[in-house]
Amino acid sequence: MFELLGVAPQALFAQLVVGLSNGAFYALLSLGLAVIFGMLNVINFAHGAQYMMGAFVAWMLLNYLGIPFWGALVLAPLIVGVFGLLIEKLMLSRLHGIDHLYGLLLTFGLALIIEGVFRHYYGVSGLPYPKPIEGFVNLGFMNLPIYRGFAILFSLVICLATWYGIERTKLGSYLRAATERPDLVQAMGINVPRMISLTYAFGVGLAALAGVLAAPIYSVNPKMGSELIIVVFAVVVIGGMGSIMGSILTGFGLGLIEGLTKVFYPQASNVVVYVIMVIVLLVRPQGLFGAPK
Amino acid sequence: MKQPSTAKSPEIWIGLVLLALLAAAPFVVYPIFVMEVLCFALFASAFNLLIGYGGLLSFGHAMFFGLGAYVSAHSLKVLAWPPELAILAGTLAAGGLAVITGALAIRRQGIYFAMVTLALSQLVFFLCWQAPFTHGEDGIQGVPRGTLFGIFDLNKDINLYYLVLAIFTGGLLLIYRTIHSPFGQVLKAIRENEQRVISLGYNVDRYKLTAFILSGALAGLAGATKVLVFKLASQSDIIWQMSGEVVLMTLLGGLGTVLGPSLGAAIIVGMQDNLKSLGDWVLVAQGVIFVITVLLFRRGIVGEIMALMNRKPAK
Repeated sequence: MFELLGVAPQALFAQLVVGLSNGAFYALLSLGLAVIFGMLNVINFAHGAQYMMGAFVAWMLLNYLGIPFWGALVLAPLIVGVFGLLIEKLMLSRLHGIDHLYGLLLTFGLALIIEGVFRHYYGVSGLPYPKPIEGFVNLGFMNLPIYRGFAILFSLVICLATWYGIERTKLGSYLRAATERPDLVQAMGINVPRMISLTYAFGVGLAALAGVLAAPIYSVNPKMGSELIIVVFAVVVIGGMGSIMGSILTGFGLGLIEGLTKVFYPQASNVVVYVIMVIVLLVRPQGLFGAPK
Repeated sequence: MKQPSTAKSPEIWIGLVLLALLAAAPFVVYPIFVMEVLCFALFASAFNLLIGYGGLLSFGHAMFFGLGAYVSAHSLKVLAWPPELAILAGTLAAGGLAVITGALAIRRQGIYFAMVTLALSQLVFFLCWQAPFTHGEDGIQGVPRGTLFGIFDLNKDINLYYLVLAIFTGGLLLIYRTIHSPFGQVLKAIRENEQRVISLGYNVDRYKLTAFILSGALAGLAGATKVLVFKLASQSDIIWQMSGEVVLMTLLGGLGTVLGPSLGAAIIVGMQDNLKSLGDWVLVAQGVIFVITVLLFRRGIVGEIMALMNRKPAK
């Protein structure tokens, strides 16, 4: 058995896969945050809670209605997306035109409510969710757990489809135009408030989708969102929210780096993203893909 | 985050009356509870210096409160320092941390500033969690209160109470003095229009950093004082939820008002102490207060009262 930098290649590749699948969740979440921020000028602090809701809705669909993972993969983002739509219509839309910080505070309050309710009814010990596909596929240099591989590929497809939708389609061009000048787009007869609501619902749906994908990997836990959202904030600071592709690349890249850190210096694995954020703040304060101010 | 400016004289009278009430409070109310409120009131007031007057929303202030608590608890228990030195050490440690984190955080504006401070506080949380002196999940327990200046035995609650009241009053006076100084005027100008202040030739970053350090050090002072009251420094002092709580106290009481954060602290601490049996519903209640305050009375309780009072004589 040959070794790579003193580490068995099996262990190295296994951690890389774990890192990439975490990176897939970072990418989906930071992408959703960026899409929402672009349109609403709100940092959605409830993003982690909505990710957790995605996992819980999948768990509920399975345990209460017997709907398997593949059904939940479609249904859960829709259900949580509708929940997001209501939040936008009832609350966020009232904050239009006032300091952006209030949007952050409101969504932080929502995150506390959602987490508190799930903690009360489901506890914090975590609920198991069975893997929809068991087994490994032999790639020659490693045994890839099929589900992890699926989660990574599926996230990548969704991320790229979102990028394509926003950057290359007509609907996306409306969206980008409304980000720049909502008043002009409104004047051209496009319903901008509805577009804003749907954008928020879409971003929330992406978070829920990440939650469904995460459910079989981690146990379903009310705490899973608040633990993740802070890392995702650091990812967003590192990448900058100006570029869709930038969010995707930063998400996957940081997951990979975190995985590598687990192999070579495990003590630092839960701080490495923050340390990178500090370095980026020192070297390129506007973020890797952010425009200089 | 515009706030109406206030006349100075009524504030001074209100302050004196409140001080007299607080001085008499331990004979009426359970002193530990009032001390807890005073510690969090100082913490929230320190936080308010940054958001209410500088327009900078820090979502990581627990790192200063928590580090101040850890350092003073370690100084008291392991190094057996007297309480006055331990409190000083906690304050200075938090101030030192604020120099580093502040210099990093002010490199980004607005909403990013909030995210950077939250992420930095999570970094500090993990570092403290792994540092042996904090004893991880157990925290530093059974911290001796000691004897202040070798004269006052702080194990007597009444002695400790007046120390905590003195620290709180001193901290609030410092904050009051700061926001009414030329420095405070520049800070408020930065909040209103940063570009304009830059064009007037002010070094904006230096003002922001100074405010950040002062705010961080005072938050550390609050954390260090809290250790004396509860004889405990633990993870709950430095975890991100604590950062959220101080935001909530300040928002509820009134951003950019002198007494609002203290009122908010009293309400939130009172709520937590009374609703402890309800467990997770405390979290829900906090969230509901956040949502209602943002949607219905953004200026907070004191801010809305002041807005009412300012409106009446004019019409």
